[in-house]
Amino acid sequence: MATSALTTQDDIGAALRLRLAGFVRTLRDNGFKTGLAETNDALALLCSPFIKRPSALKPAFRALFCGRRSDWQRFDELFDAYWFEKGVKSGVKVSGSHPKKGMKTIRDLMDAQGNRQDTIAGDVERQPGEEDEETGDTPSGRREGASIAENLGRIDFRDIHDPEALEKAHALAERLARSMRVRLTRRDRRKRKGPRLDLRRTIRHSIAHGGLPIELIRKGPRERQLRLVVLLDASGSMNNYTAVFTRFVHGILDNFREAEAFLFHTRLVHVSSALSERDAARALDRMGLMAQGVGGGTKIGEALADFNRWHAARVIHSRTCVMILSDGYDTGAPELLGEEMARLRRRCKRIVWLNPLIGWQGYEPTAGGMQAALPNIDLFAPAHNLDSLAALEPYLAKL
Amino acid sequence: MTKTREQIAEGLAAAGYVADEGLATAILLTEMLNRPLLLEGEAGVGKTEVAKALAKLEDTDLIRLQCYEGLDRSDAIYEWNYQRQLLAIKAREASGEDAERLEEAVFSEKYLLERPLLAAIRQEKPPVLLIDEIDRADEEFEAYLLEILSDYQVSIPELGTVRAASIPRVVLTSNGTRELSDALRRRCLYHYVDYPAPDREARILLSRVQGLDAVLALQIAELMGKLRKEDLAKVPGVAETIDWAAALLGLGAKSLAESRELVFDTLACVLKTREDQARVTREVTDRLLGKVA
Repeated sequence: MATSALTTQDDIGAALRLRLAGFVRTLRDNGFKTGLAETNDALALLCSPFIKRPSALKPAFRALFCGRRSDWQRFDELFDAYWFEKGVKSGVKVSGSHPKKGMKTIRDLMDAQGNRQDTIAGDVERQPGEEDEETGDTPSGRREGASIAENLGRIDFRDIHDPEALEKAHALAERLARSMRVRLTRRDRRKRKGPRLDLRRTIRHSIAHGGLPIELIRKGPRERQLRLVVLLDASGSMNNYTAVFTRFVHGILDNFREAEAFLFHTRLVHVSSALSERDAARALDRMGLMAQGVGGGTKIGEALADFNRWHAARVIHSRTCVMILSDGYDTGAPELLGEEMARLRRRCKRIVWLNPLIGWQGYEPTAGGMQAALPNIDLFAPAHNLDSLAALEPYLAKL
Repeated sequence: MTKTREQIAEGLAAAGYVADEGLATAILLTEMLNRPLLLEGEAGVGKTEVAKALAKLEDTDLIRLQCYEGLDRSDAIYEWNYQRQLLAIKAREASGEDAERLEEAVFSEKYLLERPLLAAIRQEKPPVLLIDEIDRADEEFEAYLLEILSDYQVSIPELGTVRAASIPRVVLTSNGTRELSDALRRRCLYHYVDYPAPDREARILLSRVQGLDAVLALQIAELMGKLRKEDLAKVPGVAETIDWAAALLGLGAKSLAESRELVFDTLACVLKTREDQARVTREVTDRLLGKVA
């Protein structure tokens, strides 16, 4: 064992030990996943004769404490800030833990919709627009006249204002995503015909025939599962739908073995890691932090270009279905969107575009961006209520 | 005795791998702390080569386990040689041997097929165990691997527990097609392998391509650095650079600026999709060459 080359930990001064503990705490505050074993090893390193020079200590600690690329990129800065007190000291400890004031997060958007605030009974200020819609005074023209009394499944999400009903709809959306997964995975369990003989099982079954292997059992590669990549539009025009779609995506991510989620508005953010949190509210919080700037304009074409350039090679294989949740209102150039859609089309198996506007009566995909994207879409479907989301499942199961 | 970082870097260079300081430190730590080393990075940056060079440096065997979807115990750890067992039973049936003795004979070392993980822990001299592309294996296998990497023992129900004769140097590589579990990441030392900087890539070229001129090597490395910044579908790795350098050398190029035609014609060595070949036109090549020369 190489540990014999190291001296015992008692040799280190108490002060140094405290400093190290502080450093580990700083790392943890910054999202590093390090445990006691790492701290112990770091202590051992501090007494080893090889690593006494600070210049050598940095790469050693980096190898020890980092676990992923994002850690790797931030480590140097954190190390210098802590041990050499370079950079902003206070900035190190709190970085990333609180959203800046005035930034809109997903959570804010949900609150704005009346999702959470109504726990403090009646005295919540309603936004004027909301009130109008509820009493039905304004001739908004686009409304289809759905009422709360109707089946929750058929109400357009933007028409649900009662916080309880909204929460119910969100939970339903999540449950829907979960049930999809169960059906999809059941499919490949039955597959037993394969190119190779499963000798172990064959012998097992031959017992019934007195040891003669009459019944041959075969095995083959397991069928590969569908991978789902979701691109969620979080721009201002999608305001009414973002919250419920986020819950839907959270359900998908939690349950599909292979799923990735991205969120885009004017830029693209990879949010899978945030949404992998089991608790929905916490997941949304974390995602909100990652996706600051939600609720602004949309540049779908640029976001897709970004996706194709940086993420596609990693997250897309031949059995991938890309699901885009967007209304297609694009402030970028439609040509770029068309081009990038074509590039994406060549890479993956299916592109599903879910557009909440399809649910509106008289909607035609006339927006320039939508027109450009249409030729490369396999399924262009509505997604304005729960029924329309549920209708998606048979299609996904067939892939 | 443990080597110093400088010795490790030199040893790796002698084995044909030009390592940076961070990697040399990480390799030193794998021995000091007995932890596996997890290498992440884009495809083609030479992650697998690290393990090969390490085996050469330590003058020991390299045992490689290539991961893929559906990899299971019987492919990774051990399997009984069923056919042989069956034959043995049939052959001894006639002699009327005692059933218990027969069972003992059939479940013995002789009928055990070692797979990479079991083979690695049973070596007398600690080998280098390369677990390649761990991200392709299933999560279940990852969990099982974690157990082996912490205890270094395998239990075979019919034989008993096999303890490690020596603890192998473990190198894991990942392309990031799937997110690895935090537990595995925590267990490992981590090194992110990036595309090499031009001067390091030039040194790699010099060590890999016989008879290459130092000036030409640096030019090629710089051009590659520029090329990687272009908007490419498949960014060329170090292996491609080596191929390209060999091609240019074989065709008699002395300096990139003087053999523009040759450079353009041999771009097939580094651009591997139609899209990329269409993107890097003659003009783009000239522009990139202009920056280098």
